[in-house]
Amino acid sequence: MSSIPVYKTRWKWLILGLGFSFLYLPILSLVVYSFNANRLVTVWSGFSTKWYGELFRDDLLMNGIILSLTIAFMAATAAVVLGTLAAFAMTRLGKLRGETSFAFMITAPLVMPEVITGLSMLLLFISLGQVFDLFSQRGMLTIWIAHTTFCTAYVAVVVSSRLRELDLSVEEAAQDLGAHPFKVFFLVTLPSIMPAIVSGWLLAFTLSLDDVVIASFVSGPSATTLPMVVFSSVRLGVSPKINALATIIISVVALASFLAWWFMAKAEKRRILEARMAGGT
Amino acid sequence: MSESRQNKRRRKLPSSKYLVLSVPYLWLLLFFLAPFFIVFKISFAEAQIAIPPFSELLSYADEQLQILLNVGNYFYLIDDDLYASAYLLSLKIAAISTFLCLLIGFPMAWAIVHSSPSSRNILLMLIILPSWTSFLIRVYAWIGILRNNGFLNNFLMSIGVIDKPLQILHTDTAVYIGIVYTYLPFMILPIYTALMRIDYSLIEAARDLGASTLTVLFKVLLPLAKGGIIAGSMLVFIPSVGEFVIPELLGGPDSILIGKVLWQEFFNNRDWPVASAVATIMLLLLVAPIMYFHRYQKREMGAS
Repeated sequence: MSSIPVYKTRWKWLILGLGFSFLYLPILSLVVYSFNANRLVTVWSGFSTKWYGELFRDDLLMNGIILSLTIAFMAATAAVVLGTLAAFAMTRLGKLRGETSFAFMITAPLVMPEVITGLSMLLLFISLGQVFDLFSQRGMLTIWIAHTTFCTAYVAVVVSSRLRELDLSVEEAAQDLGAHPFKVFFLVTLPSIMPAIVSGWLLAFTLSLDDVVIASFVSGPSATTLPMVVFSSVRLGVSPKINALATIIISVVALASFLAWWFMAKAEKRRILEARMAGGT
Repeated sequence: MSESRQNKRRRKLPSSKYLVLSVPYLWLLLFFLAPFFIVFKISFAEAQIAIPPFSELLSYADEQLQILLNVGNYFYLIDDDLYASAYLLSLKIAAISTFLCLLIGFPMAWAIVHSSPSSRNILLMLIILPSWTSFLIRVYAWIGILRNNGFLNNFLMSIGVIDKPLQILHTDTAVYIGIVYTYLPFMILPIYTALMRIDYSLIEAARDLGASTLTVLFKVLLPLAKGGIIAGSMLVFIPSVGEFVIPELLGGPDSILIGKVLWQEFFNNRDWPVASAVATIMLLLLVAPIMYFHRYQKREMGAS
């Protein structure tokens, strides 16, 4: 990959500058105006942190945050299990019956419009409820099932791309030496796809935390997730409290990604150092 | 001895193989594929004031099994111009937004590919980072920017380009901006992957043979990156056809897109059968693009 030429033209900087301004200026504006004392968001009248205080006193929002984090945690965990199994089935088991429909069920959720997924899920829960005595109380459980389903597809894509890159010979060697396929999976394959599983989990977590349309369809009156609260308040217009919430979310994401980048960079440096020392002596 | 063990393992393998497959398979079958058939079924029901608010298709009474298919919902969709124009407007906005994403996304992917290897990963992470924050909040940010007394109008007025605020929020323009902004990373990532795989000696060869920059772009670079462009376009086009949140928050009363129509039929009118019919037709319109995307993605995932 070193053959890709590195350009240092003015065009490239212009494209990158404009592109990243487009991506980041809106986010920056939210942060700046969350510290605005004025209720009218875009009219600046002095620095203030009062909206943060109001945010923490808003019970509806706080309950929404707790519910959303709980659902996201459970959905991401379930999706990682299902998605990894799916990725393994697709990349390691060779020709299988039902493979075409399976692959379709992995790729279609990635692009399916949310209103269709939400409506179809809800109608499924209603129909199941008519036949068995299930899902009479829609809420956390139904949102969890819906989120797990679409997150599974994302995890499967992330994990299968890692599985494909992996050197098969190690797994084959373990198997030739008599290790049971399950043992091979847990001792050889799983550790080497762990980075992909972690990033799949994080992706599923943020996707679940972010969903408003599907949750609105499948939820009942008992469960209102954070995006549902935010959506109903944003529909009524701008609100400084939402800016404060946005700033907190942006800070958490920025901090987490910085830490991830820092640790990865450190690990990379150590690896290069170790490789050099092993080669030098 | 070892041979018998080998045989034993071979015999055991198929059953465990299908065990691994069956768990995610059954889950997706039940919770992803089966629901579409239920939507299809309920699109033939009649709306009722009941719980649930639709009629049963099958009834059994006096030793007669009756199937009542109500095709009225589909006639209703054909009769009322509102639906046809909502489908057309959604397809138009999705297509134009996809093209705009390509117009912005391709140069960005190109610029990142041609950066130094160490900065490539950082730039790529900066592309993905916004999508890890909340989608709703990023759309919300544009309300503050595009409003009549928002940043954009205030800025344009302060430098004297305009003397009274432009109405951008609650127009189709705002919907385009919202869709392009939220879906841009989905266009950039597959194009980036495709551009990274290109053999750049081909570009060099074309240049050496006297091809102009435009010829290189259209005859060499774009065809070589075709797979990524298709995948990115489908990742933007298909979901934005049914987009609800963006037209609801940024669009005006005229931006009646089909996702919004479905939502209103379901939540405001509580007409679940019509909402199901709207979803069924949307799905039929999207079958071809979804299959197109599936074919590309399957190759990417390495399924045989």
